[in-house]
Formats: sequence, C-alpha cells, structure tokens
Amino acid sequence: MNKKLNAVIQGICAKVGKDRTRMVDVVRETQAALGCVSSEAMDLIARETGTHRVEVESVVTFYAFLSSTPKGKVVIRLCNDVVDRMQGMKRVAEAFEKALGIGFGQTTPDGAITLEYAPCIGMSDQAPAALVNDVVVTGLSSDSAREIVAALREHGDPSRLVRQLGDGNNAHPLVHAMVRNNLRACGPVIFAALEPGAALKSALAMTPQEVIRDVKTARLRGRGGAGFPTGMKWEFTRQAPGARRFVLCNADEGEPGTFKDRVILTECPDLLFEGMTVAGYAIGADTGIMYLRGEYAYLAPFLEDVLARRRAQNLLGAAILGKQGFNFDIRIQLGAGAYICGEETALISSCEGLRGDPKNRPPFPAQKGYLGFPTAVNNVETFCCAARILARGAGWFAEMGSKGSPGTKLLSVAGDCRSPGVYEVPFGISLAEFLAMAGAEDAAAVQVGGPSGQMVGPKDFGRTICYDDLATGGSVIVLGRGRDVLGVALEFLEFFVDESCGYCTPCRVGNVLLKERLQAILAGRGEPADLEYLQKLGETVKTASRCGLGQTSPNPVLTTLKNFRSEYEKRVAPRGDGLQPSFDLSAAVADAQIIAGRASVHAAR
Amino acid sequence: MNHTFTFTIDGVEVRGRPGQTIMQAADEAGIYIPRLCAHKELVPHGSCRVCTVFVNGRPQSACTQPAAPGIIVENETEALLAIRRSLIDMLFVEGNHFCPFCEKSGNCELQALAYRFGITAPQHPYLFPKRDLDASHPDIFIDRNRCILCGRCVRASRDLDGKNVFQFVGRGPGKRIAVNAKAALADTDAARTDRAVSACPVGAILRKRVGYAIPIGQRMYDAAPIGSDIEAVRADPHQ
Ligand SMILES: Cc1cc2nc3c(=O)[nH]c(=O)nc-3n(C[C@H](O)[C@H](O)[C@H](O)COP(=O)(O)O)c2cc1C
Ligand code: SF4
Ligand code: SF4
Ligand code: FES
Repeated sequence: MNKKLNAVIQGICAKVGKDRTRMVDVVRETQAALGCVSSEAMDLIARETGTHRVEVESVVTFYAFLSSTPKGKVVIRLCNDVVDRMQGMKRVAEAFEKALGIGFGQTTPDGAITLEYAPCIGMSDQAPAALVNDVVVTGLSSDSAREIVAALREHGDPSRLVRQLGDGNNAHPLVHAMVRNNLRACGPVIFAALEPGAALKSALAMTPQEVIRDVKTARLRGRGGAGFPTGMKWEFTRQAPGARRFVLCNADEGEPGTFKDRVILTECPDLLFEGMTVAGYAIGADTGIMYLRGEYAYLAPFLEDVLARRRAQNLLGAAILGKQGFNFDIRIQLGAGAYICGEETALISSCEGLRGDPKNRPPFPAQKGYLGFPTAVNNVETFCCAARILARGAGWFAEMGSKGSPGTKLLSVAGDCRSPGVYEVPFGISLAEFLAMAGAEDAAAVQVGGPSGQMVGPKDFGRTICYDDLATGGSVIVLGRGRDVLGVALEFLEFFVDESCGYCTPCRVGNVLLKERLQAILAGRGEPADLEYLQKLGETVKTASRCGLGQTSPNPVLTTLKNFRSEYEKRVAPRGDGLQPSFDLSAAVADAQIIAGRASVHAAR
Repeated sequence: MNHTFTFTIDGVEVRGRPGQTIMQAADEAGIYIPRLCAHKELVPHGSCRVCTVFVNGRPQSACTQPAAPGIIVENETEALLAIRRSLIDMLFVEGNHFCPFCEKSGNCELQALAYRFGITAPQHPYLFPKRDLDASHPDIFIDRNRCILCGRCVRASRDLDGKNVFQFVGRGPGKRIAVNAKAALADTDAARTDRAVSACPVGAILRKRVGYAIPIGQRMYDAAPIGSDIEAVRADPHQ
C-alpha cells in the first residue's frame, strides 16, 4: 500500500483520536489534502478508526463536497439557485465553461480546476455567486467569470480572487471575504449591541430552572422553521435521563433564499455563543457543537478566534464567570454539502460521523440525541433571542411582535426587489408592508419560507408574517412580473430531488415523479387529469414521508396549484385520442383475472 | 411486562404492552398492517412507509411508533389504502421488475403486496433506471434492478450475522446497496447461509442454483395473500 497515503491518513485520523464519530472531519480533511477520498483511502480510514470500509464509503458518497474520484485542486461551485438563475447565472455558467473548456461536473485535463453546480450557498442577495474552494465570489458576470479563470490559471490561489472586501467583519483579516451583509433594518433583539457576558451574568444569577422559566415566559419559539417553543424543548432536555447533555446549534442554513444566519455569524457571534452557553447552563450540558454548513467554511477561522477569546475571558471553559460547577465549551463541526443536514436528527447523524440520514422519532433529540444523550438543537437566531431575553428580560421580549409570535424575526429577501438583504422586523408585519421595505411593491409572486414554504400571489400580500399565518425560517424570494411561476416550482422540485437523503420511498421516488410530471406539463405534454395526479401524489408524499424534507417538498406544486391554478390550466389540454384519463384498468384486466383464477383482496371488494 | 393497556385500531380494541410498537401489538391482535422494510427479527427501519397509519390523526409508521394507552389508530381507511398503493407502485416503477420470470416470483413480498392491493399495473410511469448486477460470489448474486432499499440485508448482516457485508451508499434517487469491499461481493465474507440473504424480501439478493425450484402452486403466497398468517390469529379464537 502507498506509504505516503498511509502517513497522511494516519495523521488525519490521529488528530481526532481515531474516533469514528468524527468521520465527517476525517473525510473532509482527506478530501482537502488529497483531492478525493479514494478507494485505498477508505480502506485505510476504516482500519485506523476501527470501522468497516463500506461505512466510510457510505459517508463519502452522501455529501456533495466529497468524492471518491479525484477533483481538481480548485473546485468552482457555481450556485444554481432560483435567484441566481433569475440574475444571469446562465451567462456566467457559459463563460466558465468556455474559459475552462469543460462542462459542469468535469475537471480540466491538467487536474487543476473542477466545475460544478451547488444549490443555494447563502448569497442570494449578491447573486450570481460561487464558491472557489472555500472562497466566496459574488456579483458574478461573464467578464468576472473569465477573469477568475485567468487568475486561477496564473496563480491557482482562490484567496487572491478577493479584491474588494465586504463591509463589517467581512473585512476582518480572518474572514477576508468580498461578501456583503446588506443589513437593511436592525432591530432591538438581534442587531443591537451586547456587552459580552451580560446575558450570562444574569443567567448565572438564577437557577437553571429559572432561566428556562424566563425563556418560557418570553414565549420564544424556534426561528429555524418549525417554531417549537424553546423553553419547553430545554425543559424536556434538562429532565431527560442521561449521563451527559448537549447543546447543538443549527448553522446549516440551507433553505434556498435564507442567508440571515450568515449575517449573525459575521456580525454578532458573541450573542450567538452567549445564547448557546446560556442554554448549556439551563439544560445542564458541558458541550456545545455548532454545525456550520460547509459553504460557510470561510467563517470558521473567525468563529474559532471568537471562541478562543471567549475562553480567555472565562465566558467559556471551566467555572464560567466564577460559577463553580458550570463548565461549558463549544466546538465547530463543519458540514460537507447536504441540505438535509439542517434537519435536526440528520444534523445529529452528521455530527456523529454518519451519513446525514434523519433518525426515527421517537426518541426525540431531547430524549436521545447526539451519541444517545439528551440534546437541544436550536437555530442560530433562536440562541441569539435567548441571550437577549436573559439580558433584557422576558417581559420586554414578549411585548414585541404579535400575540402568538413574540419578538422580532430576521428575514432575508432576494430576487426582484430593489433592496435585497437582511431585515430584522417585528413578527406580525404584513407581507405588503415588508415588500414595500424591500422595494418590491409590484411583485407578482412571493415565495415565503423557501422552497418548502408557500408561493403566494398579490391576493395574499395582506397576510402577516408569523407562526400562525405566513411562517418562514427567513427566506423571502420575490418574483416580478414576467417570471414563470411554474418554472420556479420545477427548479424547487429539482432541488428537493437532489437533496433528498433517499431513505424513504415517498420522498426518494415521489419527488422524481412530481418533477417529471410537471416537466411534461411545461413541455406542453400535459392533460387536465395531470393536475389531479399532481395533487394526489403531492399529498401522498407529504403524508407518508419520514422527515420534514419530504413532508414539505411537494409544496412548490401544491401551493402553485392552489394560488396559481390558471398557470397550469392554460398549459394542459385533453389528449387527442381521449384514451388515457378514462382508461379503465379493472375492466381491461377482468378477463386476465378470470384466467389466472384469482382476484386480489382489495380489488374484489 | 404485566401491565398491559388498550387502544383501538379501526375501532377494534387492541391490547398493547409498554415497549411494543403499534405493528407488534397489531400482529398479536391478528390485525395486518402492510409492511416491507419491517422484519420480525430486525430493528425497525421506517423507510418503505407502507405501514403508514394515522395515530390520533397524524401519520406515523406503525413499525417504529410505540403503542400507547388510548391512542386511536386508523389502518384500513380509503385514504391510507390509496397512499400505500401509491407507495407500492413507486417501488415498482423505481426499479426494473419482471415478475413473470423472476426467481422470487410467488415468494416475493413486494409482488405479494401488489396482489393483495389488486395492482395490475402501476399508476406511476416507469422510471427504467440503469442498475447493475453483482454475480461475482460463487453462491449469491445481487440484482439491484429488483432492490427496494428496505435495508433488511444491512441490518441482518450487522445484527444477525455479525458481518457488515452491506451498507447504503449515495443519496436521494442515487442511493443504492453496496458491499464491504472495493470491487464486489466475492471479496466480502458473505456466505450462502447468511441471514442477510434470506432477509431480502424481493429478488435482489438470491442464492444461486435454487431458482424456480418450487412449483407454482406451492410457493409462499400462492394460496393466500400476504398477511393472511397474521389475520389467521384473529380468526382463530384459540390462539
Ligand atoms: C430538510 C430540513 C432542513 C432544515 N434546515 C434547517 C436549517 O438550515 N437551519 C435550522 O435552524 N433549521 C433547519 N431545519 C429545522 C430543524 O429541523 C429544527 O427544527 C431546528 O433546527 C430547531 O431549532 P429551532 O427550534 O430553534 O428553530 C430544517 C428542517 C428540515 C426538515
Ligand atoms: S423525507 Fe425521507 S427520503 Fe426525504 S429526506 Fe426525509 S427521510 Fe430522507
Ligand atoms: S423482486 Fe418481486 S416484484 Fe421484483 S420482479 Fe421479482 S417477484 Fe417481481
Ligand atoms: S414497514 Fe414500516 S416503514 Fe417499512
């Protein structure tokens, strides 16, 4: 066996103590060091970590950023999200192909550069955008694509592609990114100053139970999409039996059109880490893990630095702020390109070094989560809210927003609007009011909550953004007049097909079937009965799927069928031969059943 | 465990014990809930979703959902039968199934379910995927065309054979069964007698040289539909 390879793998595995639950770190590092996780590497990793080779292969083949065959030294991942496509991605793609002389999914013959597509990389407000290894390039045009290729050919160093630094901490030497915050409206909860330690001090002056009571009194609900009451989640986690407990921060931010957590991570990581530490105190955890999506790896050195500073300030570590017995630290777990890992049980699987498959529930993470221990998983913004509640008081928080949805919400808006970016708004704001803020008064359609949310038209613009009406984890995508609503729905379906983990039948197969039927309709091959087919199939996938991905993936079809039905109706026509819709299968096979001498149980009724 | 409790399935009162799933309790009561990825000796997987029931109005997989006092379970409703039928159809069109000349015909759980549901042709269009075969092993072959990704081989190999011959690789529609070797099944420690082989509900993992040995009429599901054995418990008051 190759000696050099052996040494590299041994080194990588030793760094994590040959711990196979750190497999995602191991294969990420192997990929970075060797350009792939080859078959030989899988064998070696399995041997070093004491697992089976096929288990390693199973992880490597799950994540988009990993591969078993060599990729170029530099990988260009062009974001092909809906917003990027609306803003000229196609021309950029063609420019890359032409300049490199290869197509997407290919590597230049010299092994220097690989060209790929990636789903939303969290830069919709500065689209078209791409990742060049870990480096983000934004606002692309065909000219800049050609320049990027020329520069890479010359020096091969992605970090030198950053010419102009973004605002705020994007210009921090450890971030060094051209990313812009586009922070358009700051509110009192997230984007207000916080003296590091202020929330922790007030938490540590109370008992953990009192902290949970405060979070409950504030009626804080999860900001990641599902809206589960945070105080209740913490209480369940605290009360569940277990030798250890964990706090997990969901910084996977993969819902297309969502990029608000990125701005939090860039501008107020202290607020976030403080919230995680408060949660650690409340539930009795000694370890926090922040699951950071691979696309945001460029933020990792900066965040590590913030963590180091907080350790130095005794805001992390042993006996935090002098509180004997309260020890808590945070590590960062990087993802490797999988939207499903934002689903909380898939996120736990990934942290455990496994494929990002969701887990069966029950048990819920609060009972048995990370490594089987009680675990509280919360969104980035949720932890920030919790920290602010401790610093400013539950009553103060509960007074903001609407009745069922107290506090503020971060919205990230992109698409056909004058001011794309991040807004902190009180819950209960109407969609129309918000669209006016973003410069999108004349929107023809708005996708609220990302692909898994709803597509609404002007008749719904009076509805309010809150948990009980138009719920969103943050994504708002504006479609102006002339955009093809069904074309967008199709792109969303393609996204779900690509991102399904493939575990359960309805999601793995049903989404492909939905996509193909919608494609046929858009290609002019649709008939009226297809609308009923889409409706039924969509409902089946929603009902039967195992996790939130499949339970929401038909929404692009179902909500456009409801709100933009005429778009479908004008594209379908009865078939010329009139045969398909009325074809009676039972009658057609009646004779065959007689010959076979058996009727099936249900058909016989 | 001695303290049992009761709940209902389609209005019929059923007894359950703590730690039982809805499917286990239903089996004991002689009520058949259709299934594919579940297997009596294996931990539940919850992937095929054919066992979907409504529990107090919410969809759950009966093979993973714990039975609990007083829950109201819906099993054989129009809506659920339609959903299950659609799922079975999906499994057919997702692969390449050729029942009339398949070695597993008559003993196949997928085919038997299709018969039970009166499926003569799938409601979904065929996807005709390109999938590969592995005939490298002297005694066993894998035909991925007929694999339904139920994961029974994965669990049986790991938990019953203590071997880890099989595992899933890839994701989404590209997900497939792989073997614990660089190239092929022949390079693993899989053996003819492995429970992983007999655990396959369809004709995806088969023993060589025994195909078509059982005459039509004597095969597993020739006489009575799949699930009849479970339903017999209910019909027979002495059991
Ligand atoms: C497919 C899928 C993707 C998700 N992605 C994210 C995500 O990127 N970030 C997030 O916070 N929650 C995401 N969620 C929701 C999480 O499962 C979970 O509800 C959330 O992290 C809980 O935190 P919260 O209560 O603070 O919102 C996702 C859910 C699904 C089903
Ligand atoms: S719904 Fe099923 S296939 Fe889809 S992501 Fe969830 S578990 Fe995986
Ligand atoms: S595996 Fe079962 S369903 Fe598939 S072809 Fe064989 S008998 Fe038919
Ligand atoms: S038998 Fe329950 S999901 Fe397959």
